[in-house]
Amino acid sequence: MPLLSVDELTITFAGRGQRDARAVDGVSFDVDQGQVVGLVGESGCGKSVTSLALMGLLPGRGVRLGGRAEFDGTDLLTLPAARMRDLRGTQLAMIFQDPLSSLNPVVPIGVQVTEILARHRGMRGEAARKEAAHLLDRVGIPDPTRRLKEYPHQLSGGMRQRALIAMAVACAPRLLIADEPTTALDVTIQAQILELLKELVDQEGTALLMITHDLGVVAGLCEQVNVLYAGKVVESAGRRALFDAPTHPYAHGLLGSIPRLDAPRGEALRPIRGSINDRIDWADGCAFAPRCDRYTMECLTGTPALTEPHTPGHQARCVNPVLPEGATSPQRTEATG
Amino acid sequence: MSTKTDKIDRLAELTASTETATGGSLWVEAWRRLKQSKMAIIGAVVIGAFVILAVIGPWVAPYDPTAQLWRGEVFTNRNIFVGPRAENWFGLDHLARDEFSRLLVGARQTLLVGIVATLLGFTIGALVGGSAGAALTLGGKLGQRYDTVVMRVIDMMLALPSLLLAVTIAAVMGQSLTTVMVAVGVVQIPIFARLLRGAMLAQGGKDYVVAAQALGVRKRRVALGHVLPNSLSPVIVQATLSLATAIIEAAALSYLGLGNPDAAEPEWGVMLAQAQKYFDAAPMLAVYPALGIIITALGFTLLGEAMREALDPKLRS
Repeated sequence: MPLLSVDELTITFAGRGQRDARAVDGVSFDVDQGQVVGLVGESGCGKSVTSLALMGLLPGRGVRLGGRAEFDGTDLLTLPAARMRDLRGTQLAMIFQDPLSSLNPVVPIGVQVTEILARHRGMRGEAARKEAAHLLDRVGIPDPTRRLKEYPHQLSGGMRQRALIAMAVACAPRLLIADEPTTALDVTIQAQILELLKELVDQEGTALLMITHDLGVVAGLCEQVNVLYAGKVVESAGRRALFDAPTHPYAHGLLGSIPRLDAPRGEALRPIRGSINDRIDWADGCAFAPRCDRYTMECLTGTPALTEPHTPGHQARCVNPVLPEGATSPQRTEATG
Repeated sequence: MSTKTDKIDRLAELTASTETATGGSLWVEAWRRLKQSKMAIIGAVVIGAFVILAVIGPWVAPYDPTAQLWRGEVFTNRNIFVGPRAENWFGLDHLARDEFSRLLVGARQTLLVGIVATLLGFTIGALVGGSAGAALTLGGKLGQRYDTVVMRVIDMMLALPSLLLAVTIAAVMGQSLTTVMVAVGVVQIPIFARLLRGAMLAQGGKDYVVAAQALGVRKRRVALGHVLPNSLSPVIVQATLSLATAIIEAAALSYLGLGNPDAAEPEWGVMLAQAQKYFDAAPMLAVYPALGIIITALGFTLLGEAMREALDPKLRS
């Protein structure tokens, strides 16, 4: 049984006097114990909202949740708030995008770390301070005892993110959700932070749900990748399979639009036309169709199903998938699960 | 070879020293920036001078401020006043008392009214606003209801013109210095309450609050340990600025005759009110206390503005 099993998750924002906006439209994916799973997509496709929903951090009013998100057998979406608060930090933890704004600017780092130790592990005073220093040391912050007394603005961006990671792993959670943890950092620091996350995952057996728009991060870290478009998973595959044979035209386009060092000289990048449009509903056909080079009238008859067009375990939601060279004609087998 | 290692050593020293050079907490940082601000220094000097004056005024005043020592020289009915001269630097007032001594001694009451009134408004306002903000941050039906009830009362107070509210309170409580303090203080309550609640609401949606919640920190701790400390700086700035308004409003109440019933006791607002009658003949009698009020209010305003800049996180380097 997977550690986290998200099944047909829908998130709808209802504004007064406004049309309901469906941010996430039936997303399903699994995260196994110790596995690194990527949730990839451009801004506005529903990645961050998914992570907030899993953590129970969406505001109660104006948001409707549907589907299930089973974590170790309990449905996170229907869990009472008090039980959810106990899970957060101990079983589930989250790292956010911007390390500066995610730390309280007027409180020293040490207080913010020990606060979590006090809350979940009942540690106080000298013991908590020692453990906090140990945690900072473990995430690679030099001179941790001094750093504990410092304020967030005195740390560099990379160090702030390390401190946040230290806080997130303070109680050895079983699932870590990282929402674009490297977006706000320099490229060199990005690599260090990814390295650190990988190390923690390997050592502790923590499962990691990596939310990102950066395919480079995915290539370096994730075992299983789910590509999101307009609130639905459009492709789900292992990392190798996805990069070798991107099947959904969207994933194909994404990979084609990345600058590569080994591309022939003078070859232009192939960007995907247009931008995501949240007015488009999957019910009227593929939401990607207006931007797709391969679309036919068939694309506009109902929601395309998630199928395995060429390889078992490699799912794509497309009626005209991009097939790898030498693959047999589309089998159109309904995906299971 | 050795010069090269020397260079490297020196470089290492340099990089090591810059690391410790950056400031400390928010308050240390704000203090450092305050010291660099001309506005803050001017404001602080003015306030400092005013405070010293208020403290030592009664001892350095050359004459008794209530004694009519030159009764034979001032005739208000014939418009005969005594202007500045060697023994009375600022001349005599309409009852032949030394104007300079009265100004010196009056500073104390003016400062006292300003500080006590602001403290009163700040304390009650911050308690009310803080509790409403905390209740909202804690969420739940009860918290929302508490906030609604409390803030509507505050809105009602805010809807009344401040001077009218102060006059009403003064009229109910009767004429005394305490009345002025309470009246001016009560007027400040809704301002502080709204400000702190608003700041807490704004902070409540910040990333670090969500981040703390994502790690399971309890709501009470989030409200008091994270949201409240981050919301204090606008309130502190407002307190400094309020001192200026409090002094002006206290003067206005005294001017309207709702202040200290003992008119002999010098107070800048009262002095201004009394000078009004003889403004044609002796305009300087109104100018002195007015200037005093303006300069002190300006001092507090300057310091407040400088503090606003020093505490503004957007301007922090």
